[in-house]
Order: sequence, then C-alpha cells, then structure tokens
Amino acid sequence: MLRYAVQRLLLAIPTLIGVAIVSFFLLRVVPGDVVEVKLRGDGGAVTQETIDMERKRMGLDKPLMAQFGDWMLGLATLNLGKSMWTDRPVVEEIAIRLELSLQVAIMASLVAVMLAVPLGTIAALMRGTWVDYVVRIITIAGLSIPSFWLGLMIMLMLLVLFNWLPPITFTPLYVDPKANLTQLIWPAMAVGYRYSAVTARMVRSQLLEVMNEDYIRTARAKGVYEKLVITRHALRNALLPAITVLGLEFAFLIGGLVVTEQVFNLNGIGKLFVQSVSRNDFTLIQGMVMMIAGFYIIVNLTIDMLYAVFDPRIRYR
Amino acid sequence: MLDTAASSSSGPSPAPAPSGDGTLLSVENLHVHFRTSVGIVRAVEGVSFTVKRGEVVAIVGESGSGKSVSALAVMRLLPRRSAIVPQGRVMFEGRDLLGLDDEAMREIRGRHISMIFQEPMTSLNPVLSIGLQITEPLQIHLGMDEAAAQARAVELMKLVGIPDAERRLGQYPHQFSGGMRQRVMIAIGLACNPKLIIADEPTTALDVTIQAQILELMKDLSRRLNIALIVITHNLGVVARYADRVIVMYGGRLAEQGAAEAVFHRPRHPYTMGLLRSVPRLDRPRGLKLETIEGLPPNLAHAPPGCRFAPRCPYRIAACESEPALMPTDTGGLSRCVRVPEIISGAINWTSGMVAGAGAAADKRVTPLLSVRRLTKHFPVKVGLRGKKAFVRAVEDVSFDIYPGETLGLVGESGCGKTTVGRLILRLEDATSGQIQFEGRDLVAASSADLQAVRRKVQVIFQDPYSSLNPRMTVGQIVGEPLHVHRIMTEAERQKARVGELLNQVGLRPELAERYPHQLSGGQRQRVGIARALAMEPSFIVCDEAVSALDVSIQGQIINLLEDLQRELGVAYLFIAHDLAVVRHISMRVVVMYLGRVMEIADRDTIYREPLHPYTKLLLDAAPVPDPTIEKARAPRLIQGELPSPLAPPAGCVFHTRCPMASDECKAAIPAVREIKPGHFAACIKV
Ligand SMILES: Nc1ncnc2c1ncn2[C@@H]1O[C@H](COP(=O)(O)OP(=O)(O)O)[C@@H](O)[C@H]1O
Ligand code: SF4
Ligand code: SF4
Ligand SMILES: [Mg+2]
Repeated sequence: MLRYAVQRLLLAIPTLIGVAIVSFFLLRVVPGDVVEVKLRGDGGAVTQETIDMERKRMGLDKPLMAQFGDWMLGLATLNLGKSMWTDRPVVEEIAIRLELSLQVAIMASLVAVMLAVPLGTIAALMRGTWVDYVVRIITIAGLSIPSFWLGLMIMLMLLVLFNWLPPITFTPLYVDPKANLTQLIWPAMAVGYRYSAVTARMVRSQLLEVMNEDYIRTARAKGVYEKLVITRHALRNALLPAITVLGLEFAFLIGGLVVTEQVFNLNGIGKLFVQSVSRNDFTLIQGMVMMIAGFYIIVNLTIDMLYAVFDPRIRYR
Repeated sequence: MLDTAASSSSGPSPAPAPSGDGTLLSVENLHVHFRTSVGIVRAVEGVSFTVKRGEVVAIVGESGSGKSVSALAVMRLLPRRSAIVPQGRVMFEGRDLLGLDDEAMREIRGRHISMIFQEPMTSLNPVLSIGLQITEPLQIHLGMDEAAAQARAVELMKLVGIPDAERRLGQYPHQFSGGMRQRVMIAIGLACNPKLIIADEPTTALDVTIQAQILELMKDLSRRLNIALIVITHNLGVVARYADRVIVMYGGRLAEQGAAEAVFHRPRHPYTMGLLRSVPRLDRPRGLKLETIEGLPPNLAHAPPGCRFAPRCPYRIAACESEPALMPTDTGGLSRCVRVPEIISGAINWTSGMVAGAGAAADKRVTPLLSVRRLTKHFPVKVGLRGKKAFVRAVEDVSFDIYPGETLGLVGESGCGKTTVGRLILRLEDATSGQIQFEGRDLVAASSADLQAVRRKVQVIFQDPYSSLNPRMTVGQIVGEPLHVHRIMTEAERQKARVGELLNQVGLRPELAERYPHQLSGGQRQRVGIARALAMEPSFIVCDEAVSALDVSIQGQIINLLEDLQRELGVAYLFIAHDLAVVRHISMRVVVMYLGRVMEIADRDTIYREPLHPYTKLLLDAAPVPDPTIEKARAPRLIQGELPSPLAPPAGCVFHTRCPMASDECKAAIPAVREIKPGHFAACIKV
C-alpha cells in the first residue's frame, strides 16, 4: 500500500505542472498588474518612472517566457517566491491563514460527521415516520440556507441573547485554547451544518439500501442484536461512500469559505484569495492555486487509502 | 400433528401438539399477506406442517409458491413494513414463536433455529472477516470469549470441509468461491448446535459438482448431529436425495405432503403428478416428448376462489370451484384435491407417457452445417494494479460438428467456456485462433458483408429472458426488430402479420404484441426471445442456458416448443446447459467441456449409458435423480476440490487435479481427443 501511495504521489507531479502552467498564463491574460494597483490604486500621481522601477524590481519587465521560467524553476526547488504586494514569502503568507482555515475545516467536518451519521441513521431506521420527516426538513434547510446567512444569525443570536460577540483576532489553539475555540466554533457550526446535510442524506439512502442486503438478513438470522446489526453489519458498509463526500467537501472548505470568513471576520485562506486577486498579486495567487491543487490530490489519495482500510475487497499493491 | 381442517377460511386452531412424540416444530394454519401497490398478495394461505427432531423435510414448489415466505415467517424475518401474519401459529418446543417478543425471538435465531440462504455470494458481509462472522453467534449466544470462539470456528470450518482453516479465518468473503462461501454459511448455521436448520435453496446457485458436495455435507451433518432440516428447493432430485418427508406447495397453499417415497412413487395430487412428469430424468429412458403442466402459476394478488391448481389441472371438475380441504391419503399423507379417492383407486392414473422413442437422428451423410476446428480464445486480463498481462484460457483447441436439423448439447461446470464457444460462433467475440465453418464459409476470416448475411441465419436465445429484452419496446417491436434491421420486411402491415404469425408459432396470443416485457412471466418472455430468434428464419440457433432460469413446469413447455420448432423448421441447435438431464432430453449428441477443453463427445445415448471419460462419469454421478429409492441407495462418488483457475490451468491433462484415476503420466502431456469407438471421442490417456 505504501508503494501504491508513493506511486500515486509521483503521478501527481505532471498534474501539478499542468496546473502551474495554466494558472500562470491565465493570470497573464488579465490586463493590469500588481504595480498599477499598488501605486495608482487610489488615483495618486505616480510617475511612470517609479512604476517602471517597481516593475523591474519585481521582474515584471522580463519577457513572459523568462518570467515563466523563473516561476517553474522556483517550483522545482519548492520556492513559491514572494508576494508582490507585501514582499513576504508566499509560503509564509499562506501558512498564517492555513492554520486557521485548516482548523475551521477540521472542526466543520467533525460537526458534520457528528450530525450526519446519527441523523442519517435514525432517518433510515425510522423511514416514513415523523422522525424521518423532521430529519428531511433539517437536511433540506441545511442545503438551502447559505452558511454565511446562518453565520449572521448565529452572531445576531449571540449578541441579542448574551450581549457577547466572539473574539475577532485569531489565537492559535496551542496558545490559548479557550480564545481559539470561542472564536472558531461558530463558523465551524455554521459551515458544518450545511455540510452535514449532504452527508446525512447520503448516509440515509446508503443505509436504506444496505438494510435490504442479504447479509443483513443473515446477521438477523444468526440472532445478532439489532444494535449490532446496524452498527457492525450495516453502517460499516453504508458509510463507505460517505468517505468520498466527506473528503471532497473537506478539500473544498480550505479556501472555499470566502463569504463565511467575511461574516465572522476571519483571516483565512478564502479572504487571502479575494485579496490577492483584487490586488493582482500574481505570485501569491499562483502559490495558492498550487497549494489547493496539492491539497485536492492529497485528499483524494487519502480517500482511496481509507477505502482500502475499510473495504477488504480493495487492495493496492 | 397436521391440521387437517386447515383451509384458507379461518378454521379453529388445533390443540397444541403433544411434545412427547418428538415434534420439534409445528406450523399451524399459517397465513402471510403482503401489502403491495397492486393490493394484498396472499403469499401463504393456511399452511400447516410439522418437523420431528432430526428429520429432513423438503418443501418443493414453483417459484412464488410461498416456500421462502413460509420459512421467513418461522424465523420472523419477513419484511416488517409490508408483511402481515393475520393468522397462524408456529410452535417450537412448546412456545408460539409468533407470540414472542423481539428479544426472545432473537435468542432463538441462530441458537436453536438457523437459516441458510440461497445466494452464497451476497449472504456474507463483504467487509467483515470470515472469522468474525462465524464467531459472532458463538459469542452472542454461548457467551464464549474471543479465544474459545476462534477455536470453535476453526473446528467448525474443518467440519464443513474448509481446508487451511486457521489461515482462512482472517480472510474476507470475496476470497472464497461460491461453494466455499456456502460451506461458511453452513458453519455459521451449525455454530451453536441448533435443533433445526432451514436451508432455502442452499445449492441452487452452485454447479452440479459443488451442489453434490454441499448436499452430502449437509445430509451427513444432520444425521450425525441429529439436527432437523427443512430444505426448500425446486429441484426434485435434491428432494429425493435428502428428504424423509416432502411438502409440495402450490399458489401459497399446501398441495400435498407425505413420506418422500410415497410422494415420488404414489403422488396423490395432480400438481405433484404433473411436476414429476415434466422433469427430464436421467434414470428413465428418454421420452419422445416431455409432458408438461400447461398454463401459468396463479397470480396471488387476484387468486380466483376454489382449487388454486384448477386452471392448469387436467382432471378439473365442477366440484373444484369450491375450496378443497386437505384429505388424508392412503399413503399416510395429505392432499388438497377433491378427487383424491379416484386417484387412490387408480381411476386417475398419473404414469402415462415416458415411452422410450428415438428422436430424429441427424443425417451424418450430409455435410455439417457448422464445423468448429481447433477453436481457441484467450482473454487478456490485467493482474494487479500495475496491469501485468495474463490470459484467461477460456476456450482451448475445441473442435466439433453440428449437422443440419441436429441438436448438439454442450455441458460442463460454470466457467468451463461453454458460453464463450457460443459467443465465438455468433461472432460476438473474436477467436484467438481456429476456424468456424458455417455453410462452407469461414466465419473467423469472413468479411463484414459476408458476416451480415450469416448473422441472419445464426440466432441466439439467452438464459435470462428479462435482461435480454429491451424493456422500452413492446413485444411486437422486439419480435419485429430483426425484420426491420435486416430490411426483410419494411411495410408495416406485412411486418405486423409476420409478428402475429411468429407469436402464434411460439404459443403466444397475438394480442401480447402490445405488451411490454415486464408485463410477462418468465416463460412468456423466453417465448418472445424464441420468436425474435425465429424471425430471420435461421438455420442455426445457439441456446445459451435457455431454460435454466425457468421453473420445472415452464421449462418442460419451452423444451417441447424448441423440439416442435426443430421438427417443423429443421433448425439446428447448439444447446448450452449445465443440467445434464435437460441436455440429455433435447440433444442428439453431447459435448462435455472442462476448463476450456473438450473432454468427451458422443451420441446422447452412448454418453449417458457408457461414458468413457472420468470427468463425464463423475458429472453424471453427481446429478441427483428424482427418485428417493435410487438416491438413498447410492453413495455418489464426489468430484473432490474445486475448478482450478483458467488463468493457470494445470499442466498436462487439465482434469488431473480432481481426477480419481490421475497418475504422473497425466501431468506430462495434454491428452488428445481420440476417436475411441466410431463417433465416440474422449480426451483421456486411460480409456
Ligand atoms: N416483500 C414482498 N412484498 C410483496 N410480495 C412478496 C414479498 N416477498 C414475497 N412476495 C410474494 O409472495 C409470494 C411467495 O414468494 P416466495 O415465498 O418467495 O416464493 P418461493 O420461495 O416459493 O419461490 C410471491 O407471489 C411473491 O411475489
Ligand atoms: S381439486 Fe380439482 S382442480 Fe384441484 S387438483 Fe384436484 S382435481 Fe385438479
Ligand atoms: S488423462 Fe489422466 S487425469 Fe486426465 S482424465 Fe484421464 S486419467 Fe484423469
Ligand atoms: Mg424462494
């Protein structure tokens, strides 16, 4: 299995190179560059000379192919360059935000799993009863309410009921767990709820299907406790497809929470993305695209590995 | 004790059976209804029977007659949402199982009553290890700890003949073959030393050779461990081999029940008689024509009053329109028929037909219609994720001839290459090497224009009548399609007339042309498949397991139809099947295949009377015949082991791993197919 994982990672290199090429040239098609935004942004009078000097400093005056060569060379040495706006290394810019975004994604996923599995299971087991309808309403609401709106409602509720708002500056978990959690639990809940809706519906339909399988009948015929029939015999099979949904949603949460981050005033990857795009910060955008592409590849690989762990029919050599 | 008064009307429940007489289970006046979109389906109506300790009872009947539903009702495993049990009692050791609470019932399942299901491929949980699945009931019911349960599991696996048990404990179902999985199911069933095992079609999904192994195993275990057995099956041969007593069900009711010997030799119900007449049998001379039960089984959602069998019964009289009661018979059994006295007195005689007679023999002087020479097909497959190439040797060096108007039977275990031979002839698959001469043209080398012409003359009938018919086309469109595609008849009027004619020919009313496949029964669908094949006026039809999926009575109807058509139209058939009795009935010559190779070819009568090849002998031995006297007297020699993988067939004679006569010489070279006697070929160095 390890060999398989290494193989898959090696095969990911051409994909990443493709992503690098496309993102580089797509950005260059858009008119304007970071220097113009930076120096002329507020209509200030800046001489052409200053602009040219700044461009030269950033290497934007070089021919396109030379710039491309520099970028690819940098990639090969795992050097993503510096942000054109802040002059700080791209890796550093991303790293600060990634910590927050990753934590929100993980917490949202946990919320989702903790909601989705019991909800989906109970809805399936009580199919057609009022419980099922209640779960259906909860999940449909989850699908149709945007998470930023839910976020706003949460904030409003906190304000009205407790006259309190979560902190707005990020404190890493290891520095002050309390401050950290009181800030991030709310966005995680807002996002996790929506994300649990998809998963809960999936768990419900899968479980309904699995409960009709012959091996469930076999388990009952053996006199297995009904609780064990569900947890050991049915859920193990029914949750397999949910792994895919969970994994892909998780990958999306990194960088996909633009509006929610805005609502909770979080300085995450989503916000950084919007900022860097509006500033035409080419190196930063490219770096983030590479990071997210890499992330998807790793998540996909993890999904496949998890399948192999949980489904003995799948074995990689 | 049997409730003789039980009928579909609510008769009074009899007093509980005295438990001193060894009665273990007594089902009394059981009714099961299903709520469905088409209304209430009365799947089981007033069924009563008893099972004594250590007894083997068989339940037979066509599919849909309520066998499985009765068994599931005993286990209380019916679907909770749709099934209702409005009446009845299931007394097991003095307790009514239907009245127990869920927890008490759970304690009985797997502990005192076990159940084995038909489909070994789907009845085991794919993500749990075999060890866990066997130890589970031990830990739950007997409170064994992990180590004790493991030890007992190993013991059980050895008991049911799974080699290398310690290692296989940690494996998963997909690493076991169908036969091995069924052994695992039996091991699970035996785990807690139950008093009763209910086996629902335990061998239907398995090959003859594996079926024989499993049957022997179950019979032996039940005798040794004194476990009562209820075997549900539609295979009368299986019943004859197993059963002390037989229960025949029809249309959700008990038609007849009695001692196995009595039911087989002196049936007292017209349905049982019909059933026994319509199976092709290896132990009797081949009749000219199979007798059949005409018509279709009743629709349980709209069953007419009176005897359920009346619409198909040749002895029907006016009195049959009221519900017949279960009558005691002279043989100590019970029969639900108003004419039992006449049957007993012999006024209604069931043994007719069965006259030995020669079918039309193929004329060997003419040139063969189809001649296959050294046909070989290797399928490239990828092994492992890296895709190392390997070859499945599906067909190796196969040669045979088919003469005009002849039926050639092709038999062998599943996976031996029968279907591939058929597909190669149909050119659905490209041969790796070899020739297929059809009417003098080589199909392997033929150009696509030539093939087009040949395709009209070579047609096919598949096993599964449902999946081979387009669900969105009407019967008329399906049958008329070839006419249209090959531009034989383009005018709608003539086409319609021809479709009507074809439907008539296969015994379907022309009105059915407007129906869709799902509105037909299995037998009717197979007739549609035949009509479609006939549309092109072919001279040759490949019948791939064409009757295997059908019930005995329907199977007989289709076999007769195929034979009638052959006499009328002079078509030749390649009849591919795994049921040896059916093949003997319909074929003039028979080819036996094993692992892609031809083992033996001979005339039908020769091959069944004097088989030469060890494989043929064992195959014939493994097939049970529907006669309890014969079955109980013989101890079949079983083919040991399982089919080797066609990816790596054994060197030399491919059969040597399972052949009782094998010696070292057999491993040295591949035996050639030699003509031992005129027209009788075999591939074995020892004949
Ligand atoms: N879950 C179900 N819902 C509705 N009808 C059913 C269900 N299960 C079985 N039946 C019907 O009950 C009848 C008896 O079925 P079954 O006992 O499976 O027959 P057998 O085992 O004899 O082939 C059939 O008409 C079948 O269609
Ligand atoms: S009761 Fe009448 S119709 Fe029914 S089986 Fe007997 S003779 Fe036939
Ligand atoms: S050649 Fe040998 S192994 Fe093969 S069938 Fe004959 S005796 Fe058996
Ligand atoms: Mg059944």
